[in-house]
Amino acid sequence: MGFFHQAFVITVKDLRAELRTKEAVNSSFAFALVILLLFSFAFDSFEETTQQMAGGLLWIVFAFAGTLILNRSFARELPNDCLDALIAAPISGAALFLGKAIANFVLVMAVELISLPVFGIFSNVHWTRQFPELMLVLVLGSWGMTIIGTIFSALTVNIRLREVMLPMLTYPILIPPLMGAMQLTSGLVAGTPIAPDTVVWLKVLIGFDVVYTAVSLFLVETVLVG
Amino acid sequence: MSAVAVDGVWKFYGDYPALKNIRLEAARGSCLALIGRNGAGKTTLLRIIAGFNRPGKGQVRIFGREPRETDARRQIGFIGHGISVYDELSAFENLKLYGQLYNLPDPRASATEWLERTGLARVASGLVREFSRGMRQRLAVARAFLHEPSVLLLDEPFTALDDKAIAVLQRLLREALAQGKTIVMSTHQLREALELSSHVAMLNRGQVAFHGPCTPEMISDPGYVYARYGEG
Amino acid sequence: MRDKIMYGLGALAILILINDIIHIMGLPDEVNQGAIFKIIFFHVPVAITALTAAAVALIASVLFLVTRNFFYDALAVAVTEVGLAFLAANLVTGSLWGRVIWGVYWAWDARLTSALVCWLLYAGYLMLRHAIEEPTQRATFAAVFSIFAFIDVPIVIFSIKWWRTQHPQPVFWGGGSFPSDWLPYFLWNMLAMLLIGAVLTMTRLRQEESQRELDYLRRLAHSM
Repeated sequence: MGFFHQAFVITVKDLRAELRTKEAVNSSFAFALVILLLFSFAFDSFEETTQQMAGGLLWIVFAFAGTLILNRSFARELPNDCLDALIAAPISGAALFLGKAIANFVLVMAVELISLPVFGIFSNVHWTRQFPELMLVLVLGSWGMTIIGTIFSALTVNIRLREVMLPMLTYPILIPPLMGAMQLTSGLVAGTPIAPDTVVWLKVLIGFDVVYTAVSLFLVETVLVG
Repeated sequence: MSAVAVDGVWKFYGDYPALKNIRLEAARGSCLALIGRNGAGKTTLLRIIAGFNRPGKGQVRIFGREPRETDARRQIGFIGHGISVYDELSAFENLKLYGQLYNLPDPRASATEWLERTGLARVASGLVREFSRGMRQRLAVARAFLHEPSVLLLDEPFTALDDKAIAVLQRLLREALAQGKTIVMSTHQLREALELSSHVAMLNRGQVAFHGPCTPEMISDPGYVYARYGEG
Repeated sequence: MRDKIMYGLGALAILILINDIIHIMGLPDEVNQGAIFKIIFFHVPVAITALTAAAVALIASVLFLVTRNFFYDALAVAVTEVGLAFLAANLVTGSLWGRVIWGVYWAWDARLTSALVCWLLYAGYLMLRHAIEEPTQRATFAAVFSIFAFIDVPIVIFSIKWWRTQHPQPVFWGGGSFPSDWLPYFLWNMLAMLLIGAVLTMTRLRQEESQRELDYLRRLAHSM
């Protein structure tokens, strides 16, 4: 069985288990809604400055809500010592990691795609004007968040204060891609396409994703087995 | 070639050696019982043999291969403290998942077969979280045997099991031994374990205090090894 | 022996620093910025020392993963802590300078922000260590984290630079107003800071090794 097929089996398993309970997705989406609501009190949606901040606000929501999903990723394997059986199985740590990362990515994207129209209505933003480019930024930003979140979820799964540790470790590392995604998203929801002076942020996103995907795949075996 | 060879294995927690220079062997078709007090290092050793953790020094060989090699992992079946099946999936889905991960030719057929052999065919589509304790344990046994491993590593296999699961497991282990498979198990239940065992190894504070064939005295008086080689 | 070298280096560093401070105090004020400009003699060397510490931490972490020798783990934690202290000194001197020149302590300018993000990154390293009890796992996970953090340093620096820049151009390379005859004092300070960093790291390293021995003895006692 090939590497990608192994990863796919893990992805399907994680998604199926999650969709049976919907624990992570429901709590993540509910959390996103609550933050969006709080933002509506903090910022007047009819002011122009709020419109300019749209990307920033949106990605803060995504980062907070995403953490709830990523926290569950390896924690899901804890109750019956399932991680032991996965490590014992004849698949590489990299395939296991990639499979889990893809499952997380799907869940994170799902929550983001549901939050986006809600945000559009609450904040009075016509976010669909640059739809394909916005989706590209969403995918790249979410993948960076997912890859870091998944590998750190493996690092923190057995430690004290796991729920607090994960965001404390991931957010500082994620600052460059989040900055890029915020910058690009603000422009795109305002209807401005990606211009030569903002394309550098696309490069930051792509570079971050490629570098950390490679490093994570390389180091995950060390994290899982020691 | 030994089925399982542990050669000078050390495991460190910082500078503290939890396992000191462990040398053990289990020939093909033999059953080795690892005994010793709590904290003697039985679980740590089994997890290293299974390839869950790397030894600090020394090496483990499963039919001559390092346990992290894919081919070695295919040969290992492990039953630990947890049942290692997902509560949110059905019994069948769990077994099919592991069948796919072990790259079995027909994961569905293998899953169905093992559900029957462990008496779970009736509840194949039931979610594991609705199962009774005994059913969960039998499913865990099915999960470990599914890929027909030639080396079985069992960590306290009889401790958490109910009578029915013990009966199922003992029958499967006997069959496995008859087929020339190798078993290494850690245990406190000396009587159940020694009935099956051909060899005994006793760990004391991370060292091998005794390693040899299982003799009739041991079976008639399970406390014998502890009295003779342990610190009591 | 190791102690004597350590005390010797420490004393040397302090002597260099005192001598240099006396000289720097004797220098005239800079034309545009006045006395506060002299903070550069400290601000830049502590930053370079902190960056050096991050590089050493990376090397020590990689060496630990390769050799599994706990000396490298102790070195990694020692040098990371010292680096964090130096980076904090960099942040403090930077915001003091900002208070005088910009009128505010904190201006979210590119390099101050990068330094703060890096500080948070490496603070995460220490938090992760605190949360893991078992020494071998702690060392392994911390080493992996250190690699992740180090890779992020250049990405953070460049992306924040693109984000916004209101920091003055580097005075040495931007044709700024740093008089060339001040350079020797700057280099002496650089040396002093690196020496202080090295001595602090050695002290912390020894402490870490004693800690490991204590941990060993405690585990031994529990196993009796």
